[in-house]
Amino acid sequence: MKVMAQIAMVMNLDKCIGCHTCSVTCKQTWTNRTGTEYMWFNNVETRPGVGYPHTWEDQDRWKGGWTRTRSGRLKPRSGGRVARFANLFANPDLPEIVDYYEPWTYEYDKLLSAPKDSKDFPVARPVSQLTGKPMDTIGWGPNWDDDLGGSTETMQQDPVLAKINTEVRAEIEQTFMFYLPRICEHCLNPSCVAACPSGAMYKRAEDGIVLVDQDRCRGWRMCVSSCPYKKVYFNHTTGKAEKCTLCYPRLEVGQPTVCSETCVGRLRYLGVLLYDADRVTEAASVEDPQDLYMAQRSILLDPFDPEVIAGARAGGVPDSWVKAAQDSPIWALIDTYEVALPLHPEYRTLPMVWYVPPLSPVVDRVTAAGNDGEDHKILLTALSTMRIPLEYLAGLLTAGDTRPVERSLRRLAAMRSYMRDLDLGRGGNEEIAGAVGMTGEQVQAMYRLLAIAKYDDRYVIPTTHPETPRGIAELGEDVTGMVEELVGAGEGAPEACSVSTFHGGGTGLRITSRGRAKTAAEGLAPTPGRVNLLDWSGDSAQAGLFPPAAAGVDA
Amino acid sequence: MTTADVLLWVAYPYICLTLLVGGMVWRWRTDQFGWTTRSSQLYEKPILRAASPTFHLGFLAVIGGHFVGLLVPKTWTAAVGIPQHVYHLTATIGGSVAALATVLGLAGLLYRRFAVRSVTLATTTRDKVMYVLLVLPVALGTWATVANQVLGGPEGYDYRETISPWLRSVLTFSPHPQLMTAVPLSFRLHVLAGFALFAIWPFTRLVHAVTIPVQYPTRPYIVYRARRASVSAAAGRRGWAPVQRSADRDGARSRGA
Repeated sequence: MKVMAQIAMVMNLDKCIGCHTCSVTCKQTWTNRTGTEYMWFNNVETRPGVGYPHTWEDQDRWKGGWTRTRSGRLKPRSGGRVARFANLFANPDLPEIVDYYEPWTYEYDKLLSAPKDSKDFPVARPVSQLTGKPMDTIGWGPNWDDDLGGSTETMQQDPVLAKINTEVRAEIEQTFMFYLPRICEHCLNPSCVAACPSGAMYKRAEDGIVLVDQDRCRGWRMCVSSCPYKKVYFNHTTGKAEKCTLCYPRLEVGQPTVCSETCVGRLRYLGVLLYDADRVTEAASVEDPQDLYMAQRSILLDPFDPEVIAGARAGGVPDSWVKAAQDSPIWALIDTYEVALPLHPEYRTLPMVWYVPPLSPVVDRVTAAGNDGEDHKILLTALSTMRIPLEYLAGLLTAGDTRPVERSLRRLAAMRSYMRDLDLGRGGNEEIAGAVGMTGEQVQAMYRLLAIAKYDDRYVIPTTHPETPRGIAELGEDVTGMVEELVGAGEGAPEACSVSTFHGGGTGLRITSRGRAKTAAEGLAPTPGRVNLLDWSGDSAQAGLFPPAAAGVDA
Repeated sequence: MTTADVLLWVAYPYICLTLLVGGMVWRWRTDQFGWTTRSSQLYEKPILRAASPTFHLGFLAVIGGHFVGLLVPKTWTAAVGIPQHVYHLTATIGGSVAALATVLGLAGLLYRRFAVRSVTLATTTRDKVMYVLLVLPVALGTWATVANQVLGGPEGYDYRETISPWLRSVLTFSPHPQLMTAVPLSFRLHVLAGFALFAIWPFTRLVHAVTIPVQYPTRPYIVYRARRASVSAAAGRRGWAPVQRSADRDGARSRGA
């Protein structure tokens, strides 16, 4: 047994409202540069739908993930080492830009530069960011079928629907719908890493984050096609692969990722899992794809087991990480409550971003039929009769096995019903909890984690510097500045990675008194025009609030 | 032998080789971030799928042929019992096929580069200079082969008596420029163009030729790497370009005012 630590995420789909705040803040932080226009490290898809890039789940076409050979060994679906060399000069499985979408902007300048007395109303035409030509009819975008818009045209192309062989009526009132936010899965058995000829992609030993070494990437693009989730992108300006970093500069100082931090629905959870690195290949190679969910769970290690703790110590996992693994909301959702499930385990990459399936589509249907959507008897009956949402979710989360999905949804349904009794002062009905194999106490604890979802319960992130305290309250002004001074953002990191920027401050602002003294001593004024009003106490003018005054006058 | 001969067949090759070797070392040490194929497959796939492997495989074959023809002395092939006419036939047929693949592939790639607008826009001035200096030796080499080896009589031109010894004399630092004075013009131009390509090689995207992933077949599929223990105090190297933000532009404007 080789104990390794992994920072993993769980998203509670029941609470996702599809607001795309995670996507937008992620894009502002990481992919707002030239060459990254079309990249969304985080995107939110409406399901059923074709997703981004177009039908990414169709591995017959894209050849992502692993296949199990007849002898029981694993091989990248795109081919082994010989095939990699044979396809070195042109990757046959690489998506084209149109499979994502052609990025565009608008001629905003035309709104300002239009002549004063022009007869015509000034307009901002859409312009392609690749060819510079006007795009008068935009035909596809990163989220074209949002809220099932346009789905009558495309929904049946959804590869998950094709797999379960079900015609879902595309009329909005006759179908079910939910949102699926997606980031890189930071897999235990990443096929993108396996496909990289240069060895530029790697899994970080300390926290399992999968990264691209920008200095060693040579632009072969094998990772792009080999990732079954299509979460590695090719920067067409720098000629290097880029991907979700799990915001490692933030995690290292104990802060949640940008997508988690800004999640309006508070549906994201971050925490540590311990796993047995020696059994990764064994778990990924089980014969029946429907066994992969349990196989992956079997290599996750119980952080309370003394043998595991000893193994972690021997393997160099810090005690603070073992403690974090014990407090981990991820471990609780996957193992204790068994409500979180992996996304497409059949790709055999052992993904580490898991999902709590959404109960809401079922509740909505029950309520729409005029029934009590909070009554456990009605809900549990509905669950066992509504096959379409169940089979669809199983196609997404458990390689088609409906039993784990049903168990998860039954527990969520029981939680609703149980908590309603408590709220109405009727006392907890143990029968409801018992019906889903839980106790009332467990249901209440799960409710606190899933519904109350306090910040410090959702994000249990050990820092790489144990002297830095964890959690929202402890991250005071001085600590932030100290971390900035000690750690920095790392070489070549965009400015957005700096701790002060993450906290809403602009360049040169919101740094410690020490930091401020330093900039003053070096004669560097903060950049004019950039003021963080959130920081401003209002009793004196902030530096940079006004343009530089004429000589000698200083506010 | 004139001064021009010495300049062309001694000074010039050494300048070019110095730029090649020194430039490669310099670029490797200073610009790992710029070391990439800078593929444009994302923009356009069908033509590239056909043209790129054709060109690359053809070009690798051409390089292999040059190694054999230039670096292996004639006496060695004779010693293992290969007569000149057999050598000539093999080299001419193999070379012609490789040249055909190279020329066709390069034509396809060039067509694509200037017919597909997004690819054109991604082409830098440096790329264009590189394309000129790449097309020149390929075209001249093809011409020299066709004119002298294919159409120039049964035995063709025996470059292994002149060009090859001259090149080896350059590489062994005892140059014999007089060997090049009687070489046909097409071959002489090809050699000069080839050295020009060497000279610019390290400063263009052609550096990706030195990235053959030799360790891939033997390494384990999954790579683990530990975080760097400390953050270096050295100045950062080239990386992602900073984002041009409206606030920065405003700042620049107010400073100007």
